[in-house]
Amino acid sequence: MLADKDRIFTNLYGFQDWGLKAAQARGDWDDTKALIGRGQDAIIDEMKASGLRGRGGAGFPTGLKWSFMPKESKDGRPSFLVINADESEPGSCKDREIIRHDPHKLIEGALVAGFAMRARAAYIYIRGEYIREAETLQAAIDEAYDAGLIGKNASGSGYDFDVFLHRGAGAYICGEETAMIESLEGKKGQPRLKPPFPAGAGLYGCPTTVNNVESIAVVPTILRRGASWFAGFGRENNAGTKLFQISGHVEKPCVVEEAMSIPFRELIEKHCGGIRGGWDNLLAVIPGGSSVPLVPAEQIMDCPMDFDGLKELGSGLGTAAVIVMDKSTDIVRAISRISYFYKHESCGQCTPCREGTGWMWRVMERLRTGDAAIEEIDMLQQVTKQVEGHTICALGDAAAWPIQGLIRHFRPELERRIEEHNTKFAEAAE
Amino acid sequence: MADRSPAPDTPELRERWGSFEFSPAYKAKADTAIARYPEGRQRSAVMPLLDLAQRQVGEETNTQGWLPLPVIEYVADYLEMPVIRVLEVATFYFMYNLQPVGKYHVQVCGTTPCMLRGSDGLLETCKKRGMVKGHVSEDGLWTLTEVECLGNCATAPMVQINDDNYEDLTPERLDHVLDELAAGRQPKTGTQEPGRHTSEPVGGPTTLKEMVTENHDYRGEW
Repeated sequence: MLADKDRIFTNLYGFQDWGLKAAQARGDWDDTKALIGRGQDAIIDEMKASGLRGRGGAGFPTGLKWSFMPKESKDGRPSFLVINADESEPGSCKDREIIRHDPHKLIEGALVAGFAMRARAAYIYIRGEYIREAETLQAAIDEAYDAGLIGKNASGSGYDFDVFLHRGAGAYICGEETAMIESLEGKKGQPRLKPPFPAGAGLYGCPTTVNNVESIAVVPTILRRGASWFAGFGRENNAGTKLFQISGHVEKPCVVEEAMSIPFRELIEKHCGGIRGGWDNLLAVIPGGSSVPLVPAEQIMDCPMDFDGLKELGSGLGTAAVIVMDKSTDIVRAISRISYFYKHESCGQCTPCREGTGWMWRVMERLRTGDAAIEEIDMLQQVTKQVEGHTICALGDAAAWPIQGLIRHFRPELERRIEEHNTKFAEAAE
Repeated sequence: MADRSPAPDTPELRERWGSFEFSPAYKAKADTAIARYPEGRQRSAVMPLLDLAQRQVGEETNTQGWLPLPVIEYVADYLEMPVIRVLEVATFYFMYNLQPVGKYHVQVCGTTPCMLRGSDGLLETCKKRGMVKGHVSEDGLWTLTEVECLGNCATAPMVQINDDNYEDLTPERLDHVLDELAAGRQPKTGTQEPGRHTSEPVGGPTTLKEMVTENHDYRGEW
């Protein structure tokens, strides 16, 4: 198990004050000037060496992403850092804990990351429903301004850097980076076509990098402790520590920071008090938030919880939002409810997604009760393939994958329901 | 897509809201919000301004607040934006109420993580108290909405009522929360599980135990 001294988010549960003084006593804002003094290239090299992969779901190497930003502005356009705090993926609840209990890690990270990519300001886009969390974060930003840690000559480094908070208003799609930029510009959150990529033309047409809250909040600690410390956790190419969020049918759901690649069984036994009703009662797990396909019990039990381990199982680590389902679960309904989620959250821009999410949900609801024909399972599979990869953003893919996972692993259950329904219907007709 | 359209534009609506403008306190907040964005990019503030307008309407009507068309037009005017650009933002984002709501907007999360932990029972509890999805109760106290994941999955099931979350709910605990609100008292927010602080495992954290009692600095152990 990861030792407490190697945990980055020491006030994860908010037992102690989130305020500046308490955060400083825990080690935040400790000579930030010296971190900045290392220079942009050294910071980016250190981040690359740490092996940190983006914590928002896609797992793109963070240091590499920063290096795409222009080193100098040839036309006077400023650069921006946008921090994605629009945590809306069902199962995910980690950024909320960072924001309300350790906000100064995020703000210090924003300054250091913003400096490294030569950004003039950071906009933190927090989901609208995090109302109290936004109040805390704004208060923490105000504290940091008052102490001279950000703003003009931030932390005495000679670098000017602003941090602004922008509240969303209830749209999952704004977690997609270009939709987030649109929303920040005061528009509907409908994703943009790429290219141009945000690093070339993002917020207000300026070079922009969008990073997840957790990716940014771990930066100061990585720089202080060194890339090799961070890279020492987890398997190769899956470095670091990670906030896992375990929900559903475990004895004790929780959020916990652990080393990457921790086996599923160990994660659940150590922190969650085991599966409700014992390991024999485990049915399936959605290991990375609602977008990733489910994994049946026997495959996941000893799987290392990291990007590559879960990819091998045809699923993904996503945001490490682990949704556990025991054998009492109506698995078809569980996935159908996710289909409803995507129907509700489709932005309506691309036809395959706008029409497809509703269509897929309606068929899922019929499969739930068995009111369907066996052939419709294949038809549904085909439709998911026609939505997947045919939309501007990944919401279409995210709507398709859970259904594909269900058909892949629980086809007999779908067929059983249809047969049961048809038998009942035939009996009633006699 | 969520199917949403604004309340009908009637003479009564114009009569009631036609002269809406920000109060001095809300105007100050609005101007602070606008100042967060670069010169010439004021329309970025449309989301905070709609939120503020909804809150002021809420104060004036003793509800969570909503956005009548004249108020949307006022925000457009304030930011010098075409009304349609504000209207499309107001209809796109789910937290802007386009119809009047009750004093308490009971938003039950029904997405899979909450469903697995018993959100069906919470919706049932609300229905037993006479709440109907999408409607204001007769006493004007409640509006029930089933919402999508609100990001409290480790303390599921949960309900958001106006600005506060109530987590780790059971039908009995939700009944208690609603009773308190109905009686004009503020119930404890956050987790309703006795002894639980936030999102640590029930019964106490498995990690970072020093932090429970003191603001421990782990740097000495690096």
